[in-house]
Amino acid sequence: MQQVNSEQQINRFDHVKKQILSFGIPRIIIIIFLLSLWIIATFLDIPFPRLLSDTIVRWGMNGVLVLSMVPSILAGTGLYFGLPIGIICGLVGGLLAIEMNLVGFPAFLGAIAFSVPLALLVGGAYGWMLNKIKGSEMTVATYAGFSIVSLMCIFWAMAPFRSPEMAWPIGRGVRVTISLEGRYARVLNEFLSFDIFGVMIPTGLILFFIFMCLAVYLFFRSKTGLAIKAGGENPRFAQATGIDVDKTRIIGTMLSTVLGAVGILVYAQSFGFIQLYMAPLFMGFLAAAAVLIGGASISRATILNVLIGTFLFQGLLVAALPVANRVATLGSLAEISRIIVSNGIILYALAQKSGE
Amino acid sequence: MQRIRDRTLSKESFVLQMDGIGKEYYGNRVLNDISLAIRPGEIHGIVGENGAGKSTLMNILFGMAVIHSTGGHDGTIKIDGKPSHISSPLQAMQLGIGMVHQEFMLIPGYSITENIKLNREITKDNIFSRFAGERVKTLNVEAMQKDARKSLDTLNMNIEEWAVVSGLPVGHKQFIEIARELDKTNLKLLVFDEPTAVLTESEADRLLDAMKHIAQAGIAILFITHRLHEIIEVCDTITVLRDGHLVVQKEKENTDIYELAEMMVGSRITDVTREIPDISAKSTILSVKNLQVDMPGESVKGVDLEVKEGEILGIGGLAGHGKLGISNGVMGLYDSTGTVMFRGTPVTLNNPFSVINQGLAFVSEDRRGVGLLLNSSIELNIVFSAIQAHNEFVIKRGPFSQMDDKAIRAYARKMIKDLDIRCTGPQQPTRRLSGGNQQKVCIARALALKPKLLFVSEPTRGIDIGAKKLVLETLVRLNKEFGMTVVMTSSELAELRSICGRIAIVTEGKIAGVLKPTDSDVDFGLMMAGEINAAG
Amino acid sequence: MNKKHNNEQKPALTAGIEEIKEIKHLTPGEKIKKFLVNNMVTILFVILCGIGLRLSGLSMAFYLNDIVNRIARNSFLILALIIPVMAGMGLNFAIVLGAMAGQAAIIFVTHWGFGGPFGILLCALLAAPGALFLGWMTGRLLNRARGKEMITSLILGFFANGVYQLIFLLMIGTIIPMQNEVLVLSSGIGLRTTIDLSDGLRYGLDDIIRTPFPLFVLMFSAVALVVLVVLLVRMRSRQLAVDAPKRKKLIMWSVFTLVLLGWSLMTHFSLSQINLVRVPTFTMLVIAVLCLFNIFIVKTKLGQDFRSVGQDQHIAQVSGINVDRTRIQAIMISTLLAAWGHIIFLQNLGAFSTYGSHEQVGMFASAAILIGGASVSKATVGHAILGAVLFHTLFIVSPLAGRNLMGDAQLGEYFRTFVAYGVIGVSLGLHAWRKLIQSRK
Repeated sequence: MQQVNSEQQINRFDHVKKQILSFGIPRIIIIIFLLSLWIIATFLDIPFPRLLSDTIVRWGMNGVLVLSMVPSILAGTGLYFGLPIGIICGLVGGLLAIEMNLVGFPAFLGAIAFSVPLALLVGGAYGWMLNKIKGSEMTVATYAGFSIVSLMCIFWAMAPFRSPEMAWPIGRGVRVTISLEGRYARVLNEFLSFDIFGVMIPTGLILFFIFMCLAVYLFFRSKTGLAIKAGGENPRFAQATGIDVDKTRIIGTMLSTVLGAVGILVYAQSFGFIQLYMAPLFMGFLAAAAVLIGGASISRATILNVLIGTFLFQGLLVAALPVANRVATLGSLAEISRIIVSNGIILYALAQKSGE
Repeated sequence: MQRIRDRTLSKESFVLQMDGIGKEYYGNRVLNDISLAIRPGEIHGIVGENGAGKSTLMNILFGMAVIHSTGGHDGTIKIDGKPSHISSPLQAMQLGIGMVHQEFMLIPGYSITENIKLNREITKDNIFSRFAGERVKTLNVEAMQKDARKSLDTLNMNIEEWAVVSGLPVGHKQFIEIARELDKTNLKLLVFDEPTAVLTESEADRLLDAMKHIAQAGIAILFITHRLHEIIEVCDTITVLRDGHLVVQKEKENTDIYELAEMMVGSRITDVTREIPDISAKSTILSVKNLQVDMPGESVKGVDLEVKEGEILGIGGLAGHGKLGISNGVMGLYDSTGTVMFRGTPVTLNNPFSVINQGLAFVSEDRRGVGLLLNSSIELNIVFSAIQAHNEFVIKRGPFSQMDDKAIRAYARKMIKDLDIRCTGPQQPTRRLSGGNQQKVCIARALALKPKLLFVSEPTRGIDIGAKKLVLETLVRLNKEFGMTVVMTSSELAELRSICGRIAIVTEGKIAGVLKPTDSDVDFGLMMAGEINAAG
Repeated sequence: MNKKHNNEQKPALTAGIEEIKEIKHLTPGEKIKKFLVNNMVTILFVILCGIGLRLSGLSMAFYLNDIVNRIARNSFLILALIIPVMAGMGLNFAIVLGAMAGQAAIIFVTHWGFGGPFGILLCALLAAPGALFLGWMTGRLLNRARGKEMITSLILGFFANGVYQLIFLLMIGTIIPMQNEVLVLSSGIGLRTTIDLSDGLRYGLDDIIRTPFPLFVLMFSAVALVVLVVLLVRMRSRQLAVDAPKRKKLIMWSVFTLVLLGWSLMTHFSLSQINLVRVPTFTMLVIAVLCLFNIFIVKTKLGQDFRSVGQDQHIAQVSGINVDRTRIQAIMISTLLAAWGHIIFLQNLGAFSTYGSHEQVGMFASAAILIGGASVSKATVGHAILGAVLFHTLFIVSPLAGRNLMGDAQLGEYFRTFVAYGVIGVSLGLHAWRKLIQSRK
C-alpha cells in the first residue's frame, strides 16, 4: 500500500517536473526575476502601485506590436523580424493625420485609416518576397527591415510635410521626435481611465488591446484563418487539401504588417511622441522577445502567449529601472538587462529543435 | 569459372559469416534467425519484397545507429572468421565492408578524385603540420589523382579523374561510387543495394560486368535487387527473405526465376476463398489514361486504369516503381499529365481543391508528413478538409465565418466512436496518438468529405497487427455499407489479396497487369519483379 | 532527383563528357552576359563608387590616403569571414564576439600601460584564449541552430553586446578591480564611453614600417610579378590540360602587374602628391600573410573537410568526417581572426567608443565581402579585398557626394547605411531564392 503511494508520489513528481519543463525554463527564470525585482522594490520603498500602473500602461502600449508576431508565426514565416516595415506604414499614417490637422480621436482613427491600406499593400509585397526565399525568412526579414528603416531615413530627411509641429524650422524633412501633445497623445489611455488602490487603469488602451486580440483570435477561427494556420503548421497537408500556401503566407504577412502599423500608433499615442529615423530598427526583436517569453516558439504562438509575454517582459523592464537606480545608481542596468533578456530568449528559441 | 574453385576452400576462408541474426524494434520482430556466409570472390544475392528485412540486415552489418539505439541485435557476425561486434559505420569500413548506396553519396561540386578520396585524402607534410598536427597537412593532389585513375581503370572508365561530378550522367555516378569503394585498400566485401534501379539497361549490363570483374579480383559481393534475372545472371548463391525469415538459400544452378518469384511472395493468406463480387457489369467511375506523374522516387510513366463503381481495387508493386504516384498524381499532389475522367466529367489535374470538390478523397501514405496536423486537435484534423472544401462545420455571416464548435465536437465524437479511435478526447493533439489511431483520424478526415471514391495509400504501414485488421475492416465496411469505391495502394500483397477484388501491379511506372486475388504466387512474384508483362 | 533521368542517356558512358565540354564553349557574347549576371552586385558598386568619387570632388591623393588606411584597418576583419562560408555556415555575424575579445585585450593592455609593437603583440596573445573560447561556444550554439546559423549569429552578436556592457559598465570597479582615472568613470564603476589609445597602442602596428604609396606599389607589384612568373613556369613544366584557363588568367594578371610596376616607378620619381600618401606597410604585410593563410588552409586536409562539410553535411558525416567538430573549428578560427582583426582596426583608429565600436563589425564586414562579389556559399580572398576597396570607397565618398548633390551630408550617411543593410538583405535574399529554385528542380 505504502509502496503504491510512494510510486504515485514519484509519478506526481514526474508530472510536475514535466509540466515545469513544458512551461519552459527561461520563462520560470524570468518570472522569478520579476518577482524578486518586485520584492526588492518594496524593500526599497518604491511604491508598488506605481510599478503596477506603469506595467499595465506599457502592457497595453506594446501589446499590439507583440500581437503582430502571431499571424506571421502561425502562417509559417517565423518571427516577424520585418516589423519595422509595418511600423513605418503606421508612422506614415500618423504623420498624415497631423498634416491633415486632425485632433483627438479622429486624428488617431484617421492615422489608422491612412496606414492600414498602406500596410496591406506593403505587407502583400513583402509577403510575396518572403515566398521567394522560403527557409530563410527570418534572416532576410531582419535585413529587409533594417534596409527599409535606413531607406526611410532618407525619405524623412526629404519628406515634404509642412505642418510646423513636424518640419524643421529651416530646410527640408521632418524632426527626429514629434510631440503628439494637442494631437492624439494618450487618447486611448485617458478614455474612461480610473484609479483603483493607487493603480491607474488606462481603460481605453486596455480595451483597444483586448479588442485587437479578440479580433485576431476570431480571425484564426474563420475558414481563412484555419487555412493560414494549416499552411504554417504543415504546408504539405494544406496543399493536399487544395490550399494555396503561398497565398495564406501572404495573408499572414499582410495581417502582421497591419498589426505592426496599428501597434506603433497605439504605442505612439501612449508615449506621446512619434519617433522617426532609426527608432524602429530594433523594435522587431523586442516584440519577438515578448511573445517568446510568453511561451511561443518560432512555429507556434497563441494570443495568451502575447498577453502573458508582454506583461512579463514589460513588467521586468518597468521594475528594473527604479530598482537599478536605487541599488547602485546604475542607470544602464535596465538597458543592459533589456538587451540580455530580449536577445537571450530569441537565441533560446532559435536553438530549440524546430517542430519539436 | 574461377570462383567455383573457391568454394572448395576450407571454412576459414569465409569473408563474412552471419549467424542467427535477429532484430526486434519495440517488441516488433522484424528479423528472425538469419544466417549466411560468403567466401572471397563470391557474389551472393539477396531478394525479398519491401519489408522482408533486407535493409535491417544491412543496417546491422554496417553498425548503424538505429540498431544500437533500439537495443542491438541477436546473433553473431564473423569477419574473416573472427567474431566482430560492429558498432558504427566507421568500424564497418575499417573492417573492409563497403557499400554502394542506392542514393548517391557524392558531393556534386567536387571532382571525381575528390569524391573518391573523400575523407581519405592523401596528405604530405608542410612546415606547419610539423607542429600543428595531422589536419593541416597539405593535400597531395597528384597522388590522389593517381589512385583515382587506378580505380577508374579497374572499372574500364575512360573518364578524366578531375571532371566535376555534378554534370555526369547517372550511370557514371554509380561507377564513381564503386570506384570509391574499390579505392579502399582493405576492401573485402562490397554491398550493392539495388544498384540497377536507377540505371538504363545498357548501364545495368555494364554494372553487372563490373561486378563479375570485381569478384574475380577476390572481393566478395552482396547483391540486393528486385530484378530476378540479374540475380540469376551474376550470383553464385541466392538467399530469399520474406517477412524477416530466411525462406531459402540456394546455389544458382539449382533454381530459376519462377521459383524465386514464388518464394519471394509466398502464401500467407487463408481468406482467398471469400466471395469476390462480380464487377464486370458495373459502370466505370474513374478512368485514367496515359497518366504521368513526376513524384520523386515513385514516378508514373503512362498508366491506363479503369476503376469500377463500388469495387475495392488494389494497386500493388515494389517500392520505387510508381504505385504510390498514381493516387498522388490523380489527387493533384505532384505534377502530372494525362486524362482522368471521374463519373463522366474530366478531372482537373494538379489542383487538389477541385479534385476534392468532385467527390474524391485521399488518405496519404505519408501520414505524419501529409496526412495530419500533428499539433492540432483530433477534431480539427477530422473536419479540416470539409471546412475548406465544402464550407461545412462553419457558421457564415456575410464575409465572416466562424468554426461551429458544437457541430465539430458532435461529428468528431461520432467518428471517434465509429472508427474506435483510442484517445483522451476530441481535443487531444494527434501527435500523441499511436500510429493506428492516427491512421483512423486520417480516414475520418477523408470520410468527412463524403467521397464517392476513396484513395487509400499504405493504410497499414507502421501500425500494429490489431490496428491493421481494424483499418482493413473499416475499408471493407465502407465499401459494403455505403457503396464507396475504394482504391487501395499497398506494398503488402497479402492485405491487398485479402480485401481487394482486383489487383493492378505496377512495375517501372506502368501497369504490368491486373490480377485476381486468387491468382498464383508465381504470377504475382514474376509480375512484381517485372519478368512478365500484361498477364491477364 | 537522380531517378528522373531514367531512360535517357542510352548511349555509352562517354556521352556525358562531351556534354560537359560543350558547356564550356560559350560564344563571347554569352560569356560577357554570364560575367555581367554573375558579378552584378560588384559591377553596380564599381559604377556607384565611380559616380560618388566624381560627385565628391575629392583629390586623388586625399582619397588614396583615406582608402589605404581603411583597407589596412578593415581587411583583416573581412578576411575572418571566409572560413565559415567555406564550411557552409554562411556569414558569421558573430565575429562581433571575436571583436569583443580583441577589444577587451586592448582595454587591459592600455590599463597596464603597454604600447607600441610590444603592446600589440601582448593584445594578440591575450585575446587569443578568450576568442577561442567564445568561438567554441558560438560554434556549439550554431550547431544547435542548424539551418538558422546566420540569424542566430546575428542575434548572438546583440546578446553578447549586452553581456559585454554588463562586464565593462557594471563589473569594472565592483567585481573586477580596476583603478585608472583615465579609463574608469569618475564614480569608480564602469569604463568611460571613449578610450583614447594615442599614448599607447595607436599605430603600434602601422608605424613599424611606413612607405610612400608608389614605393609600396612598386614593391608589391615586383613581388607579385616574381610569384606569377614562378607559377607560370611551374605550370608550363607540368603541361596539364586542366591548367589552360588558369594560365590565361595568370598571364593577364602578369600584364596588369607590369603596368602597375611601370606606373609606380613613374610616380615615385615625379612630384605627385601621391608620394605623400604613406602606407602602413607592416599592417599590409600582416594582411597579406592572412590572405596566404586562407589560401593555404584550402589546400590542407582541414580545408578539404571544411569544404566537404560545407557542400553536404550528410555525405560528410557518412564519410566519417566529424561534422560538428569541423564546424566548431571553422567558427573558432573565424572568431580568433576577428579578435586580431579588431586589434588592428583599433590601433589604426587610435581612439574608440567603448560600447559601440565592435557592434557593427560583423555587419560592415559582411556587407563589404558581399559587395566584393562573395555569396553566402562562396567567398574568396579576392572578394574580401575588392569588397574592402569598394565598400570603403563608398564610405568615404557618400557623405561628400550627398552634400554636393543634395546639400546635406547626412543624406549621404543615411544612404551608405542603407547600402550596407540593403546589400546584405539582397544577397541573402538572392541566395535563398536560388536555393529554393534549385530544390524545386
